[in-house]
Amino acid sequence: MGYEIIIGLEVHVQLKTKSKMFCGCLTGFGARQNTQVCPVCLGLPGVLPVINKQSFEYALKAALALNCQIADFTKFDRKHYYYPDLPKNYQISQYDIPFSHDGYLDIKVDGKTKRVGITRVHLEEDAGKLIHPEEKESQYSLVDLNRTGMPLMEIVSEPDMNSPEEAHAYLTSLKEIMRYLGVSDCDMEKGTLRCDANLSLRPKGKKELGVKSEIKNLNSFKFVSKALAYEAKRQAELLEKGERIIQETRLWDEAKEVTRSMRSKEGAHDYRYFPEPDLEPIRIDEKWLADIRKTMPELPEARRSRLITQYGISNYEANVLTQEKIIIDYTEQALLKAKEQNVTLASVTNLTLGPVFKIINKQKIEFSEFTRKVPPENLVSLANELDKKTIVSTMSGVVLDEMFTSGKTARNIIKEKGLEQVSDKNALEPIIEEVIKNNQKIVADYKGGKKSAIMALVGQVMRASQGKANPQKVKELLTKHLG
Amino acid sequence: MKVDEKQIDHIAALGRLKFTDQQKKIFIGQFSKILEYVEKVKSVDINKIEPLVHTFDQHNVFRPDENKPSLTREQALSNAPEQTKGFFKVPRVIE
Repeated sequence: MGYEIIIGLEVHVQLKTKSKMFCGCLTGFGARQNTQVCPVCLGLPGVLPVINKQSFEYALKAALALNCQIADFTKFDRKHYYYPDLPKNYQISQYDIPFSHDGYLDIKVDGKTKRVGITRVHLEEDAGKLIHPEEKESQYSLVDLNRTGMPLMEIVSEPDMNSPEEAHAYLTSLKEIMRYLGVSDCDMEKGTLRCDANLSLRPKGKKELGVKSEIKNLNSFKFVSKALAYEAKRQAELLEKGERIIQETRLWDEAKEVTRSMRSKEGAHDYRYFPEPDLEPIRIDEKWLADIRKTMPELPEARRSRLITQYGISNYEANVLTQEKIIIDYTEQALLKAKEQNVTLASVTNLTLGPVFKIINKQKIEFSEFTRKVPPENLVSLANELDKKTIVSTMSGVVLDEMFTSGKTARNIIKEKGLEQVSDKNALEPIIEEVIKNNQKIVADYKGGKKSAIMALVGQVMRASQGKANPQKVKELLTKHLG
Repeated sequence: MKVDEKQIDHIAALGRLKFTDQQKKIFIGQFSKILEYVEKVKSVDINKIEPLVHTFDQHNVFRPDENKPSLTREQALSNAPEQTKGFFKVPRVIE
């Protein structure tokens, strides 16, 4: 029997505020344990939490970007559970009146667009971190409360995804949008994006959903795909054998590449929600939302379509360049300048996609560092030199490397280092004669009818000229010599 | 509404508490009385009353996103029954 995979995702995104959600503690990652805590986030008696306005506005921004309906009235609630990562014994969260609901995210898989519904987006505070010492006999756990009270946004999707690939695309797109908005880094390694997945199978053609399992411990984008593929297979095998699926929470075990049942001591959850009396409710009016909309950048998908029509770049180029906002912001500034100065746009995108990315990867630097050293106008001036054929195109990397390290302009570097393209027949002739003399075998091949052999000779001349010879001219002269 | 021992056990388990049989008997009586009182309150017709989520008529109370000094680690851990290497130390919890 064929089954349809049904996946819904619950994603937690840590918002990038300077201070925690209800107190002034720092939010940096990797601080020494229990050094970013205060009476409020430790849940000491008699303290009063106050909502960080920035965290709320970041959340509103995110919900708007996910096409959600925004509630005009919302409140916080206490969700009770006893666990050492939560010193108050309740988490401040949102229950029956989340600040937003009923949105959607359009994802692209295999070139096709699919709409995934967003059930709700709500705000809550994060819990602390537990460490369980490796040795089995140790009878204790350790608690670090630095993360307690960090602003956390929960994004719950509808069960609208039908493959691990779609789940992966959803997460990728979500991350991209959050990073464009600047509300979160969404770095799974640092835990600023966390994902739980619900997966069930249903026989093809049937309407009702099957029994689902909830999968936790998905700590990277790769794990999400692998865990979901495994879980779908596991459930299908059980159903084939006529067995039943148990509704349960399962953990992804990366070492063994399996999901395994997480036996929970506590029975059914009983969170005993009630309105948080320490926090006043929030009213959201149109004016506030309009102000927030004004601060929202163009989102990745819209930007891709616009770039393709406005600058005539390819789908592939648009995809690569828009992965990070800072890269496309830089490239677009360069493209606008190039248009003004009648520089070929392709020269600019080729530089970004080639030598610029090479420098970023080789030097392992942030893109912002590159933009500081090589502002967009400098990149355009290099593109201009390429257009004018002052230098051979393969020299662009050499020039850009030097621009990055010295901060000099392309023009100056080309002059100082004498990198101008050599097209002068008199300068090239001696090199060509030398190369022909030293490569008699290749010459014989060429004369024997193997026309492509000439490229090997062009390569030799290029090398002998330190990359400066005009390749077209070299080929032309070689053909004449050998003809 | 009558509370039974099973419900008392459930509530105790949620709160990580242990009661003696003697205490359970007392709580059954007290809890039942509280719920009876709530039943009485529930008999009031509230159809035309807006739900109240907060007793103060205030909303949108925010603070700016600014940092304030945290406690020192020594202060933070000073109430902990047990601690080690800068961590709170608790009975082992494992999933």
